Amino acid sequence: MQRFSSIWFKIGIGVALIVVAAVLPLLAINIPGILPGPTYTPGTLSMLAYAMLIAALALSYHLLFGVGGMLSFGHALFFAAGAYGLAVMMRLLAPQVPESAVFLIAIILTLGLAVAVGNLVGALALRVTGISFAMVTLAFAQAFNVLVRRNTGGLTGGEEGVTVPVNFLPDALVGVLNTRNLYWLALAILVIAYLVCVWVQNSRLGHVLAATRENELRVRVLGLRPYTVRLFVFAVAGVLAAVAGIGFVLLQSGATPRITIADFTLTLLVIVVLGGVGYRWGAIVGGIVYTILDQRLSALASSGWIQSLPDVLRIPLSEPLFILGMLFVLVVMFAPGGIAGLAKTLTTRSAKGVRTMDVKASANGQ
Amino acid sequence: MSTILLLLITGVGLGALYFLVASGLSLIYGLMGVLNFAHGSFLTLAGFLGWEVGRRVSDGTWAGLLIGMLVGIATGAIAAAITELVFIRKLYNRHIEQVLVTVGLGLATVALFEGIWGSDPIRIAKPAWLGQTTNILGANIPNDRWLLIGCAALVLGLIVLFLKKTKYGLIIRAGVENRTMVTALGIDVRRAFTIVFAIGGAAAGLGGVLASVYYGQVAAHQGTSLLIYAFIVTVIGGLGSLSGAAIAAVLVAVIQQFANFYLGGTGDLAVVLALAAVLLVKPTGLLGKKTTH
Repeated sequence: MQRFSSIWFKIGIGVALIVVAAVLPLLAINIPGILPGPTYTPGTLSMLAYAMLIAALALSYHLLFGVGGMLSFGHALFFAAGAYGLAVMMRLLAPQVPESAVFLIAIILTLGLAVAVGNLVGALALRVTGISFAMVTLAFAQAFNVLVRRNTGGLTGGEEGVTVPVNFLPDALVGVLNTRNLYWLALAILVIAYLVCVWVQNSRLGHVLAATRENELRVRVLGLRPYTVRLFVFAVAGVLAAVAGIGFVLLQSGATPRITIADFTLTLLVIVVLGGVGYRWGAIVGGIVYTILDQRLSALASSGWIQSLPDVLRIPLSEPLFILGMLFVLVVMFAPGGIAGLAKTLTTRSAKGVRTMDVKASANGQ
Repeated sequence: MSTILLLLITGVGLGALYFLVASGLSLIYGLMGVLNFAHGSFLTLAGFLGWEVGRRVSDGTWAGLLIGMLVGIATGAIAAAITELVFIRKLYNRHIEQVLVTVGLGLATVALFEGIWGSDPIRIAKPAWLGQTTNILGANIPNDRWLLIGCAALVLGLIVLFLKKTKYGLIIRAGVENRTMVTALGIDVRRAFTIVFAIGGAAAGLGGVLASVYYGQVAAHQGTSLLIYAFIVTVIGGLGSLSGAAIAAVLVAVIQQFANFYLGGTGDLAVVLALAAVLLVKPTGLLGKKTTH
């Protein structure tokens, strides 16, 4: 009975959060210092939508790293494949198919591409494990980065990147006034990513995956095949990342090679660890907190009082990535559970005496 | 013929640069199981400090360059030793966390360098001879390649001497082979960790100053972009193998030069394909042993 109500309680909180997030564009909430303006303004909505897409991407990385223990340094590849895929497909399809169908067919083809690339890269990379796996994924992402920057086939636009051909998009997704539609789209993508994570983690496959992370040999001895399970999850995470990439390219009406570089994947790693490895909502909170911090720290850097500081303080404080990087180092060293881990410690401590301490073994490989 | 010779020697020169970065990475991984993402930052910092000191003493002369190199070596060694003592040692035996800390340090320090020296590359002056070429059998070889090859060969020789002839070298070699056994014999391997980090940092620091000579500029992202190639070299050569790193460095750089020239600038792609091929055929790399980490 206790367990039953606890599940409904969690679902209730989840639904309530989604409803609150969904009505934000209709309200005028202003949080100075965190949001750039009231919540109905396109600028704020665009930032929040970006944060939610990064959160969705972080969830897909959580599936790989947090659940599957696969330390990939090439996850940006799939995000970029979604973003570049949609823009390039739309350009290629435009002369061939009816105008109204271009968008839909391009999305289907991009998803198909993501499935294919996910399986191909996964099939090759998963033949090795550990650091070598990380290096192979890094190498594939690097190869994609080179292809994109070279303006392969005159399609990827080199350093300038690609733009989405606006006249083939549904009207509801075009223009500053329709930013709220893009915001809702981003929210939908985040919810989908979350539900897919729940589904995978609670399935038998998810249990085998977690078991493989903890002790691969034992899983093999039980007669199960870690490779197949890992490959499936690698492909699922790839497709989820591509979906987030599609949302990204629509939101920004284009993509640049910035999203294909290794640093972008490292940022994802930072987000997942900051939020708490192994916690779904940790990945979401990490993604949103990171994005907002990144944006607000940049704004803070150009503010007057920082500019008037002596160089020793001004230079580190005006580099958001320096602050975030050091914050990350501190979290890894002193709070290995990240934000979610800290929250869990606090709630467990307050509930001490009522229940027995439920100390979850930290979800990091060791 | 002269084109092939030119590509071959410039390839070896670039390989020398890769080796300076990869040797430290490989030693550190072999002994401690840490893939050091902050290694590129040691290189960049040494490049910047070496340039700052060198140009103040005597800009664009051999004396300035030599002092720059010494400053670079010292900077790399000190930065690496501090990283090991302050960050890595606290996370002893937790490999994933150690990698994560170096990732964070790498990101943070590059941002810091951008803040101090700006994000645009800075052109540097070098001794006139290094900008000229030497004619060997009809091929005009840029002279800075000789400097790179000479330095890398010297570093390789010194590291091998250190590993074979000194007490700590012995401990490090034994530790790479079987760390548990070394610890069980009552030897404190932690001092060896710091030494390995310092040696790797010194090599990377020298690499940083030489990279600025090679590219003719210093930039905040110089280390990071070299680091990716160094990773590839380390993995192809076999993690933990110094000779593997040396062979792979030359191999990777030569492949890169040839593909760039004959296959329309696809050098980067060829390197990645080489990595994928090697890992699929021999996952431990060319000279790697079975990893126990």
